[in-house]
Amino acid sequence: MELINIKGTDDTPNVILDKDSAKFEISGRSLPEDVNMFYEPILNWIDEYAESPCEKTEFNFKLEYFNTASSKIILDILLKFEEIVENGHDVVINWHYHEDEEDMLEAGEEYADIVEIPFEYVAYTD
Amino acid sequence: MDKKNENQGFLDFAYQMYKSMKTNEINLVYEGEVTQEITKTFTSLTEKSLAKTEESNTVQRKVFNVMVECLQNISKHADSLTDEEDDRRGIVMVSHGEESYNIITGNVIKNEKVEDLKKNLEQVNSLDKKGLSDLYKQQMRDGKISEKGGAGLGFIDIAKKTGSKLGYQFKELNNEVSFFILTSTIKRT
Repeated sequence: MELINIKGTDDTPNVILDKDSAKFEISGRSLPEDVNMFYEPILNWIDEYAESPCEKTEFNFKLEYFNTASSKIILDILLKFEEIVENGHDVVINWHYHEDEEDMLEAGEEYADIVEIPFEYVAYTD
Repeated sequence: MDKKNENQGFLDFAYQMYKSMKTNEINLVYEGEVTQEITKTFTSLTEKSLAKTEESNTVQRKVFNVMVECLQNISKHADSLTDEEDDRRGIVMVSHGEESYNIITGNVIKNEKVEDLKKNLEQVNSLDKKGLSDLYKQQMRDGKISEKGGAGLGFIDIAKKTGSKLGYQFKELNNEVSFFILTSTIKRT
């Protein structure tokens, strides 16, 4: 499968989706003006990945900040992984948050309330 | 008025404005078109100037967060005064006092949207932390990203992150449009 490797900017995140080395990560900032345009290739990639996923997928979210439109898309991503779980594969979401950022931890907990995927919370410092 | 007096008048105005910005501890004032570029510029300016202060990371992050939502609200939803204009304009003001930061934004909106907007704001203000979280989750699940790229989550997010009620006011300008002012308050402690 082709890999996605997008370098982050002021308003878009770093995205690595690499099935061969089992690396899945979205990190940095996400506040693009047009979230649909930015995330469309990512959602398509996940759809394709869902057809033959790894035995176990560890997906890392390490976001510093995301706007509300991105929060909706992140849920869409998680819902796709929920389906992968329903099809009998292992998925773990590693939700990274800065130890000072309670809001970011809470955001992760809210997603964990909605989707049936195990979440691990990982605190980091500067 | 002759040229000299006019210049003097402008200088007085500039000085008065400078003084009143100082007295009221206003960090930023802007009136004009609000685009993604403007949003990025202002948030990064504010971020850099906050980084030089003693403000906690949490407060800095909340100010950044609320500014993004407020500015993107304008760039997505503002209407124009006349049909000829199609810029999304607004005013933006950031100020701070002993206890809090205030982010005030204002923009023109069509009168026909006022009722729904008021209802939204009233609903958000009626909820506690748990209620806001539930509404946010529900709206994320059931909502769709609109054509303009909004998710209908902005006000809920601001209320959730600030822990303060949203301040708002509508001033009817004519039969067509009103001016909508939104005040978000971030406590410093």
